[in-house]
Formats: sequence, C-alpha cells, structure tokens
Amino acid sequence: MKPILTPEKAVEKIADGASLMASGFMGCGNAFTLIDALMKKGSRDLTLITSDTSFPEVGVGRLVCGNRVKQLYASHIGTNPVSGQKMNSGEMRVTLIPQGTFNERIRAKGAGLGGVLTPTGMYTEVEKGKQKLSIEGKEYLLEPPLGADFAFIKAETCDTFGNCFLPMATKNSAISMAMAADFVIVEADRITRPEETDPEKVTIPGVFVSAIVKAELPASNLQLK
Amino acid sequence: MDPKELKRVRLVKRIAQEFPDGALVNLGIGMPTMVANYIPEGRTILLHSENGFIGLGPAAAKGKEDPRLVNAGGQPVTIVPGGCFFDSAMSFAIIRGGHVDFTVLGALEVDMEGNLANYMIPGKMVPGMGGAMDLVVGAKTVIVSMEHVNKNGAPKILKKCSLPLTAKGEVDLIVTDMAFIRVTKKGLVLEEIAEDTTVEEVLKATEAPLQIAGKIGRF
Repeated sequence: MKPILTPEKAVEKIADGASLMASGFMGCGNAFTLIDALMKKGSRDLTLITSDTSFPEVGVGRLVCGNRVKQLYASHIGTNPVSGQKMNSGEMRVTLIPQGTFNERIRAKGAGLGGVLTPTGMYTEVEKGKQKLSIEGKEYLLEPPLGADFAFIKAETCDTFGNCFLPMATKNSAISMAMAADFVIVEADRITRPEETDPEKVTIPGVFVSAIVKAELPASNLQLK
Repeated sequence: MDPKELKRVRLVKRIAQEFPDGALVNLGIGMPTMVANYIPEGRTILLHSENGFIGLGPAAAKGKEDPRLVNAGGQPVTIVPGGCFFDSAMSFAIIRGGHVDFTVLGALEVDMEGNLANYMIPGKMVPGMGGAMDLVVGAKTVIVSMEHVNKNGAPKILKKCSLPLTAKGEVDLIVTDMAFIRVTKKGLVLEEIAEDTTVEEVLKATEAPLQIAGKIGRF
C-alpha cells in the first residue's frame, strides 16, 4: 500500500536545489495540484527536467516564471517566452535535448542502462563533447542516463498499490519519468481500490510509485481562443 | 483567396500527392499542417502526433475540447478511427526506428547535400529542437516545405547551410512556392516548377546549382 498524502505533505521534502521531473507536454498531463503546492512551498534553485516549459502561467511554466528553476533540461521552450529570457540573461541554465533523446535518457536511467546510442544529433551542435561509437558501420552518439530526486506524474486513476491509468495524450513522458526518479508522486483524479483496477489497463506499474495525492485542481492546459 | 495563400495551397497540394494510401505521416507546425487538408480522394493516410498518438484528426469543435487530447503544439484536437495512443518513448521509437513514412517540415535553410537548418538562429531564436532532429533522422522520406526565398528575397536553398544544422544529409525533397526539387547523391535535381514561373526564374532564386530534369513538370 502506498501512502496517500496531502499536496503539502507530498512536496515537503522537495528542498532548495532538488531535482524534479515533471511529465507533461505543453501542459497536457502536468500535475497541476502538485506544481501549485510546490509553488506555495517556495523551493528554489530547482533542477527541472521536463519535455517543454508549457505556457507562462500553465503547469510547469509557473515554476520557470516564478524564478524557482536554476537548471532546466528540456527539448522545447518556445511556447514560454520567459524561459528564453531567463536563458539569455543567464539567470537559468538551459540544456536543450532532442525530444527522443530526452525520453530515452530518462528511460535508460529507470531501466538500469548505462546510456543510449542514437543517431539523432550527429553532425549538429548536439554532438559537441560527446563520445561517438560506430556500431555495424553506423555512427551513434552516446547519451548518458538522466535521473532525478523527485517526479510529478498526473494520472486519471491510481489504486492504492500505485497502479496508474493515464488516458489519451497525457502519457507522454510519465512512464519513463516514473521509472527514473527516486521519489515518485502521483496526482490522481481518482484514488481507487485495487479491486477496481483491470490489470490489463495499467499505464504505469505501481512498483515505481512512492506516494499518491488526490488532484484538487482541474487541468488548465487548454489554450482556448 | 489572396495570391500568397493560393501559392501555399498549390505547394501543399503538391506535397499531399506524394503520400501513397496507408502512409504514416508527421506534419510540422505551420504550412506543413495544411497538407492534411489536401490528401487526394480515395487515399487514407494516418498522421503521427509526436506527443503520443497516431490518427491525429481535425481541431476539436468548440465546446468539445478535451485537455487530455492535444497536438504537439498544445491545441485541442481529435483522434480518428484507426488511431491509437502511446507514450513518448514509443512515439520516438516509431520516429527514430524508421516507422514514419514521411515527415514534412519547414526550413530556414537547406543545401545541396540535403543538410537542413530549421531550429535556431544563434542569438535570436533559440526555442529548442523539440522532435525535429529525431524526425529528420528517422523518417523514411523527409520533405521540406517552404517559401523559395526569405523575407528579403534571398535564396534559402544554398550551397552550404550557414545556420546550425538540424541534421546532415537527410532531406529527400524540397517543395517551394516555385519548385519541386529532389535531393540526389549527385546534387539537386529540378523536376517540376510552379505554373506561374520559369526555369530561369527558379535558377535565379536558388544559390545551389540545380540540374534540370529531362522533362520538367508543372504544378
């Protein structure tokens, strides 16, 4: 059985300087309640690992705009102009990683692998400082694993053993991140009894989950005109 | 429709003809997205959305938007029958593993060796490469869709790209408002020109040398 915590309690151990993975893609699948609780806690100098920095006031975008992030690992920051401003001013260090490499590095960490070999980024700025290996006549970049102290995952349902179901396009980087962080907090719309779970329909096995929080805030990622 | 829009429609219509029935296609943001509206009748293609599904459908109707179903730009969309959802690791395995038949993307510059620069202008625009590097390396056929010249009228098809590369030697086709150009091991081959231009005009607007196909088509 996994502990069911309040949002405040769940983020209590995320101290200044901690590293945090936040799943989501343009805010879709961000853990809005947990991010809000972390904003209120006020932790600073975070290392944030997230696919993109969403929009300024949406989900993980708030962490960047609220000056909480010292180092960012992401693949795209174009939809949140504040990320670019902070990168250019030197206020936030930014490491941009091709999206596929980003995910595989995280998955490698969670899967106990020493890294991944990918052709993506060869002959570009991405290859700078990286080891290359030739396998069966083709060249690859060696990309190291990427882990974190904490991960925020958003699920539709999570049973008390931690088995999660993530619908539609909210899955994105959640499975890889749940595997790769030391302490994984799931924010679930519904916390269910294990008897309610169809074992065939589990997106993230409960083994990766450390704690569960009931979602309090609705998804606010839609950019409606 | 204004003349600029007409040219864009002509361009994306031409690209749409490249896809055989059943193709899996990833379309970049902007003009490439328009290609989906001009798939020839009788053909069904599936669109790959790199944030995690195959079967990307039209934008969601007003009032029917679902925050769980967005495209790679974050806009609310729909999924068509035949589609399926997956996570990012699977999405990029599909891309890098060579399972996407075509990707269509815009470009800042492209050169005679099929090198592509489309993700940053140092000091000016540094949004990150997102999925572009993986798509260009992984897709079976890479189609660049762009205006033939830049805002200042300068060629975008160069001898050698000057901006940081997205990938080296991966572009297969360049389709512009003026020309349909194939990238071959022996250089660029002009195969078709737009109906309102001439071969001379295309050559003038292109920095890279162009070989002229035996029979020039029109689109």
